[in-house]
Order: sequence, then structure tokens, then C-alpha cells
Amino acid sequence: MSGSPAVVSPGSAAPVSDTDALRRSPRRRSMPSAVLGLIGLLALVALVEILPRIGVLPREFFPTSSEIGSSLADLVGQASFWQAVLDTLYGWALGLAIASVAGIVLGILIGSSRFTREFTASTIEFLRPIPSVALIPIAVLLFGSEIESKLLLVVYASFWQVLIQVLYGVQDIDPIAQDTARAYGLGRWARVRYLTWPTALPYVMTGLRLAAAVALILAVTSELVIGNPGLGKLLATAQSSGAIANTYAIVVVTGILGVLVNLVFRAIERRSLSWHPSQRAELPA
Amino acid sequence: MLDVRGIKKVYESKDRTVEAVRDLTFTLQAGELACLVGPSGCGKTTLLKIMSGLLDPTAGEVLLEGKRVDGPPPGMAVVFQEYGRSLFPWMTVRENVELPLKQKKLATTRRKELVDESLAAVGLAEAHAAYPWQLSGGMQQRVAIARAVAYEPHVLLMDEPFAAVDAQTRADLEDLIRDLWHRFQVTTLFVTHDIDEAVYLGQRVLILSNSPTVIRDDLAIDLPDERDQLTTRSSPRFAELRARVYEQIHRAKPAAEPVGAGATAVPPSADHGTAEFGA
Amino acid sequence: MTGILRRVGMTIGLPVLLLAAWWFASANSTDFFFPPLSQILESLVDEWFGPRLAADVLPSVLRLAAGYALAAVVAVSLGVLIGTSRTVRGVLEPVLEFFRAIPPPVLVPIFILLLGIGDGMKVVVIAFGCMWPILLNTVEGVRAVDSVLSDTARTYGITGVARLRKLVLPAASPQIFAGLRQGLSVAIILMVISELFAASNGLGFAVVQAQRSFAIAETWAGMLMLGLLGFLLALLFRVVENRQLRWYHGLRRAQRSS
Repeated sequence: MSGSPAVVSPGSAAPVSDTDALRRSPRRRSMPSAVLGLIGLLALVALVEILPRIGVLPREFFPTSSEIGSSLADLVGQASFWQAVLDTLYGWALGLAIASVAGIVLGILIGSSRFTREFTASTIEFLRPIPSVALIPIAVLLFGSEIESKLLLVVYASFWQVLIQVLYGVQDIDPIAQDTARAYGLGRWARVRYLTWPTALPYVMTGLRLAAAVALILAVTSELVIGNPGLGKLLATAQSSGAIANTYAIVVVTGILGVLVNLVFRAIERRSLSWHPSQRAELPA
Repeated sequence: MLDVRGIKKVYESKDRTVEAVRDLTFTLQAGELACLVGPSGCGKTTLLKIMSGLLDPTAGEVLLEGKRVDGPPPGMAVVFQEYGRSLFPWMTVRENVELPLKQKKLATTRRKELVDESLAAVGLAEAHAAYPWQLSGGMQQRVAIARAVAYEPHVLLMDEPFAAVDAQTRADLEDLIRDLWHRFQVTTLFVTHDIDEAVYLGQRVLILSNSPTVIRDDLAIDLPDERDQLTTRSSPRFAELRARVYEQIHRAKPAAEPVGAGATAVPPSADHGTAEFGA
Repeated sequence: MTGILRRVGMTIGLPVLLLAAWWFASANSTDFFFPPLSQILESLVDEWFGPRLAADVLPSVLRLAAGYALAAVVAVSLGVLIGTSRTVRGVLEPVLEFFRAIPPPVLVPIFILLLGIGDGMKVVVIAFGCMWPILLNTVEGVRAVDSVLSDTARTYGITGVARLRKLVLPAASPQIFAGLRQGLSVAIILMVISELFAASNGLGFAVVQAQRSFAIAETWAGMLMLGLLGFLLALLFRVVENRQLRWYHGLRRAQRSS
């Protein structure tokens, strides 16, 4: 790897990695990531337009971008579509709210003493990985396609996300701060309000973000499988009635919805943490 | 051995252009132990990165044994300040030291020899099966040094390696460097912001100016070859040299003309008017 | 001795209490939807650990394993490629995030359209659904390799494949494992959902059959089976992760205590 005697201009050697290139060459004006991302999305749309046409993807079962686009445009004009969106969002929001409250309350209660933490640890570790889809049969038996069945799934799945994060948060309380609070005679409730809650807040925000994503997935899944009113049900209907472009269009809508939920909750998380000095790494759920 | 010619580095960003390094020129002879010292922010690390091929200069070149440096050259080892981040945490101490040797495609027996020797030289023979994060800061830096030494480099660059280590450990490590240098005779460039350390360690001290950086002075250190934390540091000659370095660094005016290569000798009892003895 | 007793007590205390409560609360139940726990457990042992184990549980688990393995290989490979180049990452990131945001079960109808209702479709849908968290986490892990470590590797001439094997992959492995864990959850969900639509065997299929024919005890038992499967897989994953990431856990512990 010894260099040749010839003059080498900065940046002309092939970098081992892009980060290497950045460090070896003078600061190059590189394209902002927003532009790059846009290029990527446009390329995807273009691919989906071309591939079915040339037969790489089965034309019969895979519509082009323009077909999906026009289905989407049609959908957007239909009241039933927006009703479905609202139905999905309603179930999502309600389930998320219930799960969050339960998760926060239980999390603080369990996390507040070593005994309760240890005593419940094994149960949590067992119940947590149970796939919420395992609850589908009993949900259907008990509630049919009423909203309760959807809520059962959504709440069960999101609850764990919030609970786990809150438990991490409560455990993160600085013991010195806790002793100080006790020394100043702060009662239990005051301690929770002034010490536990602010410490746990960043974790709660992370938990909410994770829970929001999971809640959406379960809401749509429930609609798809059980038949609660919403986007999932719309999708099932479209697929079974052979409205192929519509099927894809609804899938795109769910994706967009997922992205939006993610963006909103990341923004909320960031805003609520703007005062927070340390960087909270996302503890894997 | 190592020729630095007219190195210039300019950083350009959207709003401003910063000339970090204006013109650095000096030569290291084979087997020399030279120290590079300068005020904070004067581009010491930039220079080291350029010399080690990790960064391209805007102008100028670095020659290692006559060959131009373009990307990290073989035959050069670097010890970084952040020891915690330069050791591979998924490898044991032994594996860490052995890794560059495997890359050099040395035979297994030879590798074992080198690893054992260098670990013993830094005093960590028993820690060979430990993981870096199980060791203290000073020990981790020793591992990094052992790794560099085992590599049998022609030139060893050290970028403020003891800045993040406590004072007592630093003293031990300084002595370790001199021991290793005596033993292995590696050309070494030691970058530091600590004036005392530079004078204590080096045969020669290169003094950098403020940014835009040039070499302000190139001082030969004529302290005895056998150095010792206690006696050497309290010798009058040490104080004089130290004062001279300090004075050069803390002069108010920014650097204008670079000083050419070649060491400037300080006459033993010269009185340069207001010699500053400072903290 | 008391230490061990205490630990065992803590571990099984609450589960035993809950099971006992369930047992006694449902013992004389005549509620159609909540049969006695004894019946459920009977069904679990007789049916689900009996003939159904080979007939249904095994095919499901095999499909899951195939889909998950496929996703892991593809996603980690692609992730490494994408993560190394800032430009490629910038171009692909929104596209990948979009695909990841699609609720995985929604893909099942699409894949039924494209691939029919056979085993192949199920494996592909599992793989396609669970690869996104693995991919995105791999990209992030590769991107975030420590710069000092990277510089060190460069100075010692560690480039190319060696760099990949000895630096990039180990450095990214904690993040990759996080992605693999998320992917496992998605894979299990898809395993079940894909069988609900059109299948002739499988755990999800069998549970729904039981539910549709109102074999309630069997349905509950099937749900328990699913839960057990989820638990065991998570446990297995954790065991593997702990072994592979022993260095990482040690490192984190050392950092936290300092």
C-alpha cells in the first residue's frame, strides 16, 4: 500500500468505505440526504411502473404504479375509505391509550420496589413474548368482530412495550437523588411526582413510540383477520373480490399511515426530551 | 526516515474556510524519539492523521523512507489517545495484539513470539486472556502500545496517548515509552500538549504555533539519555529547556515565518531576557 | 442454600399463584368460553403435545425457521452493503422505512395473489415481512462503527474482507441482534397469520380450526401452545445472543459501573 511518487490529488483514490472517503478528501459538497431519499422513492415508483410492464413481475397480479396511483386517487374520493381510516385510527388510539395508562401505572408500581420487580420478573418474561396473534381465537369467541376484540389484541401487544420501558426508567432513578428526596421528607406521592416521573419520562416516550407502531400493526391485523371495520377489513374485501389495484393501494395507505405514526411519535419524543441532557439509547424491546 | 514537506490543510465548509495547518516541514531521522508539542487546537492531531495517511493534505506530502504516503502505509503504527476505542472489545488482549500480525501474514510461531515479547515488554504478560474492558485505562493503553510494538513498525506515531490517563499512570507510561524506544530502536514521533512530558521524553522537541500552524521551533534536548522522573525533572537543564518551550508556545503573536528543518540548540546558560517559568 | 430457595421462589412464585388462581376459579366453570383449566391442560398434553406436534406444530416451526433464516441472510448481507456507503444509505433509507412501516400481516393477501397458497408463499411472506427490522438495524450498526476503531484498522492495513469479518460485523453485531430479535417477533406473527388464510396444516391453522368448530378447550390449549412457542423461541434467542454478545454485555457493565 505504499504510495507512488506521482502527485495524487485528494480524493482520487478509491475509498475503502464512504466514511474513509470523507476523511481522506477535503470536505466535498455532498447531496443532502433529503434529495437522496427522494431519488430513492422516485426510483421505487419507476421500478413498480416498469417491472410489471416488462413481465418481471406478473402483470395480472401486480399492477403498475400508475394503476395503483389511480386506485389510490379513487379511494381517497370515497367516504367509505375515510370511514375505514377513522375506524382504524380510533381502535389504534383507544387501545394505545389504555395500554399506556396501564403500562405506566403498573410500571411505576412494580418498579418502585425491588421485591415486586423480582417477583414479577419471570411472569413478565413469560407473557411478553407471547405473540398477540395467539389471542385471536379467544378474542373472536368472546367478542366476534366488535371493537373489543380489536382492543384486546392492540392493548395486549402495546402494553408490554410501555411496561418494559417504564420499568427501565424507574430503575434508572439516581439513588442519591432518591435519598435526598427522602431526607427532605418528601412523601411517596411527592417522590413519584418530582423524581420518578421526570426520570422515567424519556423512557415513557420511547415506550409510547414503540407501542404506537405495534398498536397500528395489531389494529390492522385484527381488522384483516377478525373483520373489525377498518383498513384491514377493506383490504380483505378488496383482495377477495379481486380488486387487485385497490388491494395494493390500501397496502400503500397502511404503509404511509405507519410512516406518519412513526414520524409523529419520534417528533413528540424529541420535543419532550429537548431538555434532557443525556442521549437515551433505544433499549431493545 | 520520515519526511514531512510543506504540509498544508484547509478545511472548507459551507460558511467558512479554515486554514488549520499552513506549512509544516521537518524530518525525522531513523531511530529518533521526537516530540511534537503545541497549544490546543493547533492541528497536532490533524498533522498526525495526515502523516499516518488517514487524512489527505490540501498541499504538501509526507515521505516514509522515500516513498510518498497515500493512505496508511505499512510499516507505520499509530497509538491513539482514546485507548478505550482503539482496542477491539470483542477480542482478548492477545487477539488484539496479534491481529495486525495476522494481517501481515506472519507465521504462527513468529506471531506468538512477537505477542509474548511485546506483552512482556509492557508488563502485561498475565493479562493476555483478558478483555480490554476488564482492564484499567493505563493497562488498555499499554495493550495498544504493545500492539504497535509487536507490529515492528518503522515509524511509531503517538497522538497524545497519555492525555486521558491519570498522572501517576502517565509517569509510568512515559518511562515505558523510553524503555521500549531504547529496546526496539523505533523511530517515534510523540505528540502531546504537555510541555514537561515533551521535554522529558524527546531527543528533540518540535514546537507548533497557533493555528494556522507552522513549526515555531525545533529544539534539541541535550538531557542525558538515562532519564528518570525524579532526577531529570528536577535538573536545572530540564527547567531551562522547559522554559524555552513554554515561552515559544505562549507567545502572544501568531506564527508568521516557519522555522526550517534542523534542530536549534539552546546554549546552556543563555538568558533570553524574560524567561518565563510558569505553571 | 436460602439464596437458591429464594431465587426459585421468586421465579416460580407469581406464575404458580396465577395458575392456581386460574385453576380454582375455573374448576367448576360452566361458562362455555372459560372451561376448567384442567380440561385445557388435558387437551394441551393429549392433543398438542400428542399427534398435533408432528402434524401441525412441526410444519409451522419449519416454515418459520426457513423464512427467518432466509430473511436473516439476505437482510444482513444487504445491510452491510448498504450501510457502508453513505450515498446508497441516503437513497434507500426512506424506501426501506416505508417497507418496514407496512404492517406485516397486510402482505399476506398480496403474496397470496402473487404466489398462491402453498408452503413457498408462507416462507416468502415470513421472510419478506421480517427482513426489514433486520435490514435497517444492520444498516445502522454498520454505519455506527466507531471511528477510532476504524482508523486503527486502517493504519494496520486491515481492509477488504478482513475488515468486514474482524471489524464491521463484530462491531455491528449488537445492533444486528436487536434487529434479529424484532424480526423474530414479526416472523412468528406472520407464521400464524399466513396459516389463517389458506393452509392445510400448521399451528395457526389448527387453532383457528378448533375455534371455528367451537372446541373451546382445544382452542385455549392451542393458544397456550402458541404462547409457549413464543416463549421458547425468545429464550433460545436470548441464549444465543448472550453467547455471541458476551463481550458486549461485559463492556456495557464495565461502562456503567465507571
